[in-house]
Amino acid sequence: MAVKNKKLNLKDKYQYLTRDMAWEPTYQKMEDIYPDERFEGIKIVDWSQWEDPFRLTMDAYWKYQAEKEKKLYAIFDAFAQNNGHQNISDARYVNALKLFLSGVSPLEHAAFQGYSKVGRQFSGAGARVACQMQAIDELRHSQTQQHAMSHYNKHFNGLHDAPHMHDRVWFLSVPKSFFDDARSAGPFEFLTAISFSFEYVLTNLLFVPFMSGAAYNGDMATVTFGFSAQSDEARHMTLGLEVIKFILEQHEDNVPIVQRWIDKWFWRGFRLLSLVSMMMDYMLPNKVMSWSEAWEVYYEQNGGALFKDLERYGIRPPKYQDVANDAKHHLSHQLWTTFYQYSQATNFHTWIPEKEEMDWMSEKYPETFDKYYRPRYEYLAKEAAAGRRFYNNTLPQLCQVCQVPTLFTEMGAPTKLSHRQLVHEGERYHFCSEACCDIFKHEPEKYVQAWLPVHQIYQGNCEGADVETVVQKYYHINIGEDNFEYLGSPDHKHWMSIKGEKPADENQDAA
Amino acid sequence: MSIEIKTTSVEPIRHTYSHTARRFGDKPATRYQEASYDLEAKTNFHYRPQWDANYELNDERRTAIRMEDWYAVSDPRQFYYGAYVGNRAKMQEQAETSYGFCDKRNLLTRLPEETQKLLLRLMVPLRHVELGANMNNSKIAGDATATTVAQMHIYQAMDRLGIGQYLSRIALMLDGSTGAALDESKGYWMGDQLWQPMRKLVEDSLVVQDWFELTLLQNVLIDGMMFPLVYHKMDEWLESQGAEDVSMLTEFMRDWYKDTLRWTNAMMKAVAGESEANVAQLQQWIDHWEPQVYNALKPLAEASVGVEALDEARAELSTRLKKVGLQSQGVSA
Amino acid sequence: MSQLVFIVFQDNDNARYLAEAVMEDNPHAELQHQPAMIRIQAEKRLVINRETMEEKLGRDWDVQEMLIDVISIGGNVDEDDDHFILEWK
Ligand SMILES: [Fe+2]
Ligand SMILES: [Fe+2]
Ligand SMILES: [Zn+2]
Repeated sequence: MAVKNKKLNLKDKYQYLTRDMAWEPTYQKMEDIYPDERFEGIKIVDWSQWEDPFRLTMDAYWKYQAEKEKKLYAIFDAFAQNNGHQNISDARYVNALKLFLSGVSPLEHAAFQGYSKVGRQFSGAGARVACQMQAIDELRHSQTQQHAMSHYNKHFNGLHDAPHMHDRVWFLSVPKSFFDDARSAGPFEFLTAISFSFEYVLTNLLFVPFMSGAAYNGDMATVTFGFSAQSDEARHMTLGLEVIKFILEQHEDNVPIVQRWIDKWFWRGFRLLSLVSMMMDYMLPNKVMSWSEAWEVYYEQNGGALFKDLERYGIRPPKYQDVANDAKHHLSHQLWTTFYQYSQATNFHTWIPEKEEMDWMSEKYPETFDKYYRPRYEYLAKEAAAGRRFYNNTLPQLCQVCQVPTLFTEMGAPTKLSHRQLVHEGERYHFCSEACCDIFKHEPEKYVQAWLPVHQIYQGNCEGADVETVVQKYYHINIGEDNFEYLGSPDHKHWMSIKGEKPADENQDAA
Repeated sequence: MSIEIKTTSVEPIRHTYSHTARRFGDKPATRYQEASYDLEAKTNFHYRPQWDANYELNDERRTAIRMEDWYAVSDPRQFYYGAYVGNRAKMQEQAETSYGFCDKRNLLTRLPEETQKLLLRLMVPLRHVELGANMNNSKIAGDATATTVAQMHIYQAMDRLGIGQYLSRIALMLDGSTGAALDESKGYWMGDQLWQPMRKLVEDSLVVQDWFELTLLQNVLIDGMMFPLVYHKMDEWLESQGAEDVSMLTEFMRDWYKDTLRWTNAMMKAVAGESEANVAQLQQWIDHWEPQVYNALKPLAEASVGVEALDEARAELSTRLKKVGLQSQGVSA
Repeated sequence: MSQLVFIVFQDNDNARYLAEAVMEDNPHAELQHQPAMIRIQAEKRLVINRETMEEKLGRDWDVQEMLIDVISIGGNVDEDDDHFILEWK
């Protein structure tokens, strides 16, 4: 036994308290204990080079997390006891929460499962422990979100069956397929997808400006869970960056694999966040920051700094980032005008933005809003006023990869719809963009499996062929309560009575 | 008039989520219920996992155990995340006091050299068993198909990491935080004959594919014999060796084990109670693993408290299993 | 091209001490208030020193306590007993 007499420093001590508990197995083979570590082609030469992204032992974890939870639940209790839902800026705001609870919260649960899985798959104990800690954090997020929304669910529609809807509703296959894609990949791709591309590069866009917006709209419960969850995120982000650096440093053969994953997952994440763009610009009655401003700060500026740092490993920025940067002027408007037409099949309401809101958008989107989008809203408003609130009864064409309807336009050509198609083994597939088509070409055997909601309806797998049956029976969207136009909806009427105003009459319904 | 409007506007339109109401009725639900039931995705998965294309994501067929509804397995402690960390924060606060006290008064380094060696040889190597338990429970949390089940296992995974860290700290106290004692103790784990059957069992557990077989093996069979043996019987024995202060440092483990008995017993009851087929499957696994667990712990018992103590621990486990209609060897009564 | 690191705190009592300490130790940093949050960014490097925090708080302070109030970061992290550093090298 080597004689030591130097006291361990913090870093070495942490290693003794985590990875040193692991050992070289001799009774079972490494490949049998860790069968999933090799098939992606990533070469790990030496796991001992792993840098622990943070040094939190379990006792400290329990202590700090319990402190956070105590604060958080004190606010939930106070919020419910004081009927905090009455203090929000406007009931239209709650629609963002409906989208959040059905679109995002189930992803937190999927993240919990995914990180539990990779928390076992790696042969490096340091990496496993970091992943497990994230797993239990993500469980936390999934559960605190249920609790934060619980009170809203008692007073507003559309929040009542989120996990059921997440498995079925057409547009919720966008987030669902995103996470299924990551979870069905190998452990290294999973971490590149979620820890790096999503958590490090993109989630700020959801959790920082949107949550700040929640505060600005008087929603104490949401901003509190949002920021409390984000305090775990600082650890997750550190893990994301460490993971990428570690893989890249291990072997030069890893670089092209990782680059392809970054290209793919940046784009997958960007498409997923298009839902967030409309939450920010349209669903927050009091506005903090536009989507394009948030994109500039949190992607162009911060992402720029990050990719500059990664240059030394031979990594370049994501392949289609120019398309994404260009899209910041259009994204939220294209999404909202689409969802406006399909409100009959969503668990949240849509509406025409009010005059002041449109003016705000003109100011934030000087080159695009007045030119391309304001006229659409003026037309739609006129139709609605004439009693013809527009609903599109043709089911949308979904992209085979990201599953968003093919509603986006070409870069630099905002009136030209972006669409690609490809024949694979005799079957024709449709895509929203070159980037999604690229992703498909690389792994067709994966993306042909996609559970595309519109196809499924046509194939009769959703309890009916007509939209009404599918919406009510299969999706559990309560017709006339959860869906359609906001004006005149039960939520709207309820809000007016809270505010002591006369419930909306028929004329206002149509306005 | 305006008062009336205010009261109707705070009247809830429903009392809980539909998915919670389908199980428990539309009445105010507990935090545990809203956080634990039917959150995990159930259907319409998009892609087959590349690491196991035989099954889908969240596929119930990843275990041979069949349940009509896996949510029938739930946690009697009603731990959702907040309740869990709150509980463990209290436990760790107590442990911290004990470790701090021990450290400050040099209670361990004042023990005779031989006793210190006993700790390093017979107790500290269990940190490696804990890491195995940590890995196994993380796998189960990733494979289980109901939030009620998955969450209990991630708590268990993190708990085992924590216990491994407490055991490691015993060695760090002995060597004045140089790591030498941990190196020494790891040497026993790797080479000492005493530990080899146990190390083999742990490594064997790491290749078990069926997650329910694994929870049975890890959380019921191994723990069910190991915790009573080590943290009760060996604890008393250490006291007789003049090392009663060590007891302070394993209080956490005793409290923890008592706590886990609640959910492991409830889980076994629900699963065995479901069907004859489940009982038969469980019985087959028990017949296969239980004697191996006994044999893995035997050298440790022989080197400390004696085999009778292990036989008692085995009988204790047998009594637990019998309550849910399962048989195991070593029944003394 | 400029390369900014950043840190975001929840706007609460703890964070006010943190923000003060950060601004004191990083004169090149820029502080922005947004609803419910405080965002601090700086060219290349930001450091939070335990010593400064302990001075501000008048008590012992563990660098990890910060984790309770931080909601986002950008930059490589270097953390030890005495400081928390964010930087692009
Ligand atoms: Fe999360
Ligand atoms: Fe996260
Ligand atoms: Zn697409």
